[in-house]
Amino acid sequence: MSAKESTRVEYGKTLAKLGAEYPDIVVLDADLSGSTQTHHFAKVFQDRFFNMGIAEQDLMGTAAGLALGGKIPFASTFAMFATGRAWEQIRQTIAYGNLNVKIVASHGGVTVGEDGGSHQALEDLALMRILPNMVVLVPADGPETRAMVRWAAAYQGPVYMRTGRMPVPVIYDDGHRFELGTASVLRDGTDVTLIGIGVMVHACLEAAEALAQDGLAARVINCSCLKPLDWELLVDSARLTGAVVTAEEHMATGGLGSAVSEILSEHCPVPMKRIGLKDTFGISGKPEVLLKHYGLTAADIMAAARQVWRRKGENCAAPGPHLQPAAALTGESK
Amino acid sequence: MNAIPDEAQLQEIARQIRLDIIEMLYQAGSGHLGGSLSAADILVALFFGEMRRKPGDPCWPDRDRFILSKGHGAPAYYAVLARLGYFPREELLTLRRFGSILQGHPDSGCTPGVEIPTGSLGQGLSIANGLALAARLNGHGSRIHVLLGDGEIQEGQIWEAAMSAAHYGLDNLVAVVDRNRLQIDGRTAEVMSLEPLAPKWTAFGWHTVEVDGHRIAELLAAFKDCRAVKGRPSMIIAHTVKGKGVSIFEDKAKYHGVAPNEEEYRQALRELGE
Repeated sequence: MSAKESTRVEYGKTLAKLGAEYPDIVVLDADLSGSTQTHHFAKVFQDRFFNMGIAEQDLMGTAAGLALGGKIPFASTFAMFATGRAWEQIRQTIAYGNLNVKIVASHGGVTVGEDGGSHQALEDLALMRILPNMVVLVPADGPETRAMVRWAAAYQGPVYMRTGRMPVPVIYDDGHRFELGTASVLRDGTDVTLIGIGVMVHACLEAAEALAQDGLAARVINCSCLKPLDWELLVDSARLTGAVVTAEEHMATGGLGSAVSEILSEHCPVPMKRIGLKDTFGISGKPEVLLKHYGLTAADIMAAARQVWRRKGENCAAPGPHLQPAAALTGESK
Repeated sequence: MNAIPDEAQLQEIARQIRLDIIEMLYQAGSGHLGGSLSAADILVALFFGEMRRKPGDPCWPDRDRFILSKGHGAPAYYAVLARLGYFPREELLTLRRFGSILQGHPDSGCTPGVEIPTGSLGQGLSIANGLALAARLNGHGSRIHVLLGDGEIQEGQIWEAAMSAAHYGLDNLVAVVDRNRLQIDGRTAEVMSLEPLAPKWTAFGWHTVEVDGHRIAELLAAFKDCRAVKGRPSMIIAHTVKGKGVSIFEDKAKYHGVAPNEEEYRQALRELGE
């Protein structure tokens, strides 16, 4: 088993390092600095850290004002409250004003665990992806987190980045660099494409390994930059493999699965299945239990890969038996 | 920085701003009349009397800043910016038209001199707080001004920001409430009571003063008074009349968001002394 790192911890540590390199970086939090890990920065740069209290709307507005005043604000809280409670503040001021605010929100997805449905953000990627000017990032591991935070500090414009609570296996080398608008092929194969984001990237790699033992060669893509999307790589991969599975710790609608579907339906429709939560809220439990409960494991990705592989080349113009009306309501891809 | 006009000159500027507002809205056929007219004197006192800026250098980093949190007051704001030379005055007659630099509500991407988009109410005070913190960190002497509508302060975010401005002791921040006592659906007292308003802000830790928002000398004196305040933010409750300057529009909720018709337009020009 490879080493594990938590993306939220790597965010906090990297931010504290960047504080010395960028005198204009300021950090805001909404009473969750221990959880979001901004406390690392707060300890070193007390005069550049602003706890806004439990007031996410004010947090985003204040961050916008700081950006307007020439600062580089990083605003952190839980993904649910950042993108849910303060969505309109982000929309009206930060995105519409194209301001240099970095929203780095922790506790995305069901791997939040025991806190349950109220705290598990399953809609944040959809809510941020819809906004003009906004860059949307979800690192897959520690090295990618460090690279993305470093990149975000140098980039001029609004960025949303989701970090997770649970430590995840390290995939990239330490010197990994992030480039805007690019997805990366982590493993090549020609039978099926597995596109993952966040914690699901490693699950895709595990699935590909198991599929290889069954003689199926999967191409694995880390789509950590959800917006702008690396659509050329995605279309090329669909064309190459003829079948696609997406995997995300998010609603199966609105996030990665939707983004990939939108591109492929226009440029290269192929049999596809979206792994994600199916029109449901989260519940309490251990992260591993929840991933299994909601069908977000390597085994689920494997099963989906086999399904789309079998359907390759089928004529989608005539509705087949796999198309059921209920699917549209549940957001479930068949 | 700029030679400050005397009170009579400021009153004359305010009269011309009101004429501009009437003309703009009449030409546009829509827009927010009442709240633009109620805010005219406050904006004139700020931009032509109080605020520090450099003509010809709108991006001077040390400039005083202004946020129109009540974004529907855009016509008054645009008329002031045009008169200050941020863009040609002819542009005023393109208000709200397709392709205009003057959007229905302020958009910094379109209009020179506008700092940030506003129009969705309740958000400007937080932005002003951020600017005030940035000015403090940057070591700038700039002061931050924000104009709020009275109906607007029914938004919860205002009170989040009221807390944080006091918590961080933002004495370089001055908020003004355009207290015209009307909102779209009627009197603020009937829609959602705001009183006791001054004690609320005082209790939140703000230096609070009340003025007649149509007496420019009173406004200027209040701004001067706020400069002397240390360690806490300042709130000026400016008592105003919605639709001020034209008798048929005054203190009537129905003129919140409508343009004058031809008859009203002619009467307005007569009363304002075209």
